[in-house]
Amino acid sequence: MTEALLAALVFLPLLGACLLLLAPSSWRATILLAVTVPLPFCLLPLTLLIADAGLFEMTLAGHPAPLGIRWRLDALSLLILWLNVSLMILVGLAAGARFAPASDVGLRFWPLWLLLAGGIHALLLSADLFNLYVTLELVTLAGIGLIATGGSGAALRAAMRYLLLALMASLLYLLGVGLVYAEAGTLDLYQLGETLEPGLLPATALVLMLAGLLVKSAIFPLHAWLPAAHGNAPGPVSAMLSAIVVKVSLYIIWRLWFWTAGDWQLPAPGLLLGLLGAGAILYGSALALVQKRLKMVVAYSTVAQLGYLMLIFPLSGLLAWQAASYHLIAHGLAKAALFVAAGNILASLGSDRLRRLAGLDQRLPMDVFALALASVSLMGLPPSGGFVGKWLFLRAAYEQNAWGWMALVALGGLLAAAYLFRVLALTCFHPRSHGHSTRLREPPTLASLAGLLLALAAIALGFASAPILALLEAAWPGAMTP
Amino acid sequence: MSSTALYVLVAAGLFGIGVYGLIIASHLLRKLFAINIMGNAIFVLMVAASAPLDGRPDAVPQALVLTGIVIAVSATAFALALMVQLYRVTGQASLEEDPTEDD
Amino acid sequence: MIAQLMFWLPLAAVLVSAFAGLMIFVAGERRQRLRTWLNIAAALLKLILVGLIGLLVMAGHNPEFRVALLPGLDLVLRADGLSMLFATLSALLWLVTTIYAIAYLEHSPNRARFFGFFSLCVTSTMGIAMAGNLLTFFIFYELLTLTTWPLVVHTGSSAAMASGRTYLRYTLTGSALFLIGLIWLYGLTGSQDFIAGGTIAELGLDNDWALKIIFWLLVIGMGVKAALVPLHRWLPLAMVAPAPVSALLHAVAVVKAGAFGLVRLVEDVFGPNLVADLGLGLPLAVLASITIIYGSVLALYQNDIKKRLAFSTVSQVSYITLGIAIGGPVATIGGLIHLVHQGLMKITLFFCAGIFANLLGVKKIEQLDGIGQRLPWTSACFTVGALGMIGLPPVAGFISKWYLGAGAVAMGQHWVIAVLVASTLLNAAYFLPLLKRIWLHLPPEQWPAEHRVSRLESAAMIGSSIATASFALAVGLLAGLPLSPLSWVTGIVTDYFP
Repeated sequence: MTEALLAALVFLPLLGACLLLLAPSSWRATILLAVTVPLPFCLLPLTLLIADAGLFEMTLAGHPAPLGIRWRLDALSLLILWLNVSLMILVGLAAGARFAPASDVGLRFWPLWLLLAGGIHALLLSADLFNLYVTLELVTLAGIGLIATGGSGAALRAAMRYLLLALMASLLYLLGVGLVYAEAGTLDLYQLGETLEPGLLPATALVLMLAGLLVKSAIFPLHAWLPAAHGNAPGPVSAMLSAIVVKVSLYIIWRLWFWTAGDWQLPAPGLLLGLLGAGAILYGSALALVQKRLKMVVAYSTVAQLGYLMLIFPLSGLLAWQAASYHLIAHGLAKAALFVAAGNILASLGSDRLRRLAGLDQRLPMDVFALALASVSLMGLPPSGGFVGKWLFLRAAYEQNAWGWMALVALGGLLAAAYLFRVLALTCFHPRSHGHSTRLREPPTLASLAGLLLALAAIALGFASAPILALLEAAWPGAMTP
Repeated sequence: MSSTALYVLVAAGLFGIGVYGLIIASHLLRKLFAINIMGNAIFVLMVAASAPLDGRPDAVPQALVLTGIVIAVSATAFALALMVQLYRVTGQASLEEDPTEDD
Repeated sequence: MIAQLMFWLPLAAVLVSAFAGLMIFVAGERRQRLRTWLNIAAALLKLILVGLIGLLVMAGHNPEFRVALLPGLDLVLRADGLSMLFATLSALLWLVTTIYAIAYLEHSPNRARFFGFFSLCVTSTMGIAMAGNLLTFFIFYELLTLTTWPLVVHTGSSAAMASGRTYLRYTLTGSALFLIGLIWLYGLTGSQDFIAGGTIAELGLDNDWALKIIFWLLVIGMGVKAALVPLHRWLPLAMVAPAPVSALLHAVAVVKAGAFGLVRLVEDVFGPNLVADLGLGLPLAVLASITIIYGSVLALYQNDIKKRLAFSTVSQVSYITLGIAIGGPVATIGGLIHLVHQGLMKITLFFCAGIFANLLGVKKIEQLDGIGQRLPWTSACFTVGALGMIGLPPVAGFISKWYLGAGAVAMGQHWVIAVLVASTLLNAAYFLPLLKRIWLHLPPEQWPAEHRVSRLESAAMIGSSIATASFALAVGLLAGLPLSPLSWVTGIVTDYFP
């Protein structure tokens, strides 16, 4: 039964993608609903199972490893699965209003959308390094395809640049996988830890895999592709890319670091990764402050916020692990809300230049409200999911007397406030010298509502932390104790 | 020199050619070729790593390489399609920014 | 049933204005009658709820709402004597200010946004009043920053935007330090509820230096909002906001929240004894004294009426800090009672300044000449407020100063008397010339910019001022009665110094 639920999570979207291409256009909306609606109901029993047992493992179709495929579900995977399914539904609402399933552009968009979802689900379940490679490739290609549906020259160029870098990054990762296999004779993410001893070859392999994955997660200073790609994609696509696509490659890094190399004592490399995160927070925020377009502000904000997810390496410990995972979820929801709202604003105004946004609070109140609420969470102001993440980071840093990291997290919140309040000030309170004369196309109510719901979800995470943190505590490998 | 070492050398050479091409070439088709060459270098390496010690080659790397090739083919096809679309819209087959465009 | 009521009442008192605020946003700009109705109904309901809680507190209960926010960390809303002092003040003044603001902003744009955030701002203030531990306090403190910023930049002029930026720069930096102090404190002590006399002393911690640093981090966090020198710079700039906002910011919301936080910090977190043991009281008292003198001196140089009032606030709010920093029961009474007195007097002054500006375009001090003949009631209210600030009996301000002085002598801090005298002289120096112009100079031929407003509107505005001015007189005259703020505060302080 549980096997069937896991399979449904992966194969329903993939099946839907195929059906969308084959079925007549009038059926497409029905197919989309039919493959999306069951997903949360698949996750519910799985959540109960994980809360109870903590872990579930299976081999696909009974073929044993190494040639068969092994899946594994734990709390971290489960939470990111929930994030993805929530995003699929809520961002999907916004996308549905923009890309009518029955239209031509709908035919280009929705199969890729489902492919992306199926790929992410498969990635989160995969338990071996090579399957992670395959699924990550699927996610990347689907994501790039979605960027290209934006159609503009800038979007295509950004997609192409992203594609070249991503392909190269995948090759680095694959090279690492090959080396690991040559050394250990197995690719199982969770068993490798036992066979793989620290040494030159495994270290090289780890560095290669990390390098590839850091490019894909757009971690500073390998982030250059992200702002253009996320800033030029259609709103709902940017939402998915920023909220989850960049995170799943980071998820693989976490798995490698804390499970595969969990027993290795790596304080210096951990510190280095943390410094990259610090660079991301400072650099991304600084650039977000000087952007002239709303979506570029949000895209650079992603560069900055991804930096927090790197702090888990130097701080490594239960609190930091909870903090980073919580931040991942809260940022996913808030960032999706921002991009959906920004996409709606762009579609309505025909521009998202900041100086054109003056007085928008009167004209698009729901979108501006979503923008404001999501900003609250991103700044880490209470009560919000972002605040819980920030609080836990600060606690984690405090427990280890890591005053530098503490200052960084506090400063990061201030910088986020600086660039987000700048947007809010221009949007709501600027005297209207510009922009009032331009004609406005009201965004579909459903699209605005989707943004608002996402933002509310990010705020609500500030109140629902106890069960989530308990789940995460159970999933912490505990191998790395400070 | 053992045959394995030869394979590793070939792989390293191919990888170098690929990296060089990726950096030097501006036309997207050339960049794509370069990436494919890099991919092939890795495949060669993986096959070499599975070289039979006791006469029976390890099946797993072979399977991985086969899958890898399938992925490389599809990614290349996808990249070509994207390139054609980019050319249609911008009239360019390279990533040089159009200075008139402003973002 | 009663237990249920005790649980939900504090939350209801906090959320009633949040609900009203959201409804006002949803209702939109055009439905003016609905908005007015919502505003007044919510303000009345809140007053009733606070009154109900007040009755419970008097009967010896402490209604408490508690929900886990993070494992081991609770969001606590709890009514005790101190929270009721602040809650009653803000509920009462919110009602009056709402009536005033409805009339004041009658013809200006973006009223839905204004009143929406106005209500949310009161929600935060009420949350601060009811906060049962430092985390809850912090949460509402941040919420207050968020909800007052739109009010500060309400007009959207470039001056308003600039002062909004300054406001955020100060408050957010302050709250970042606050958060670090909070994390540090929780790391040492775990989550502790506010308890009269403080909880830290009992834990027997021996790292004094850490406690000292935490104390100052938290003082900076609160001090930014309480406008302690040198963290006060945002306050005069924020004067660009509409008059009702300034009135509320100065009298109850932001500045008072900061001062209230300092009271909680000293009395309920560290406890007066520990503060004295660590030697933290004296530096805090000196800081407060500097602020008192500095604010008064700068007020002298302001030509703009609202700016002069703003610097007066910088100075006056520090009486509260001074009182608790001196320590001892009498000075603490003086500080706490000033929380109420300063609120009543300052809101009256701002109401009157708003009326002068709104009806006659009078914004500068030299334009006040002879305004007493034209607007006698308003001018009378202004006079009551000003005399109270100077500390003239029987207006409320006198009582505060009396207790502060007596308390300082009781604690052997004689230098405080000098500060009080200097500040009183300075207060007189910057208020009396105004009163002279108002009553003794001849009115000009023409007022700077006369606006025609309906009789109802001017009645509402002047009525609000008269109401607050009479409160200020009444709490001074009737200080000896059992339910007066003074007796209430005396009751609270008995808990601190048993």
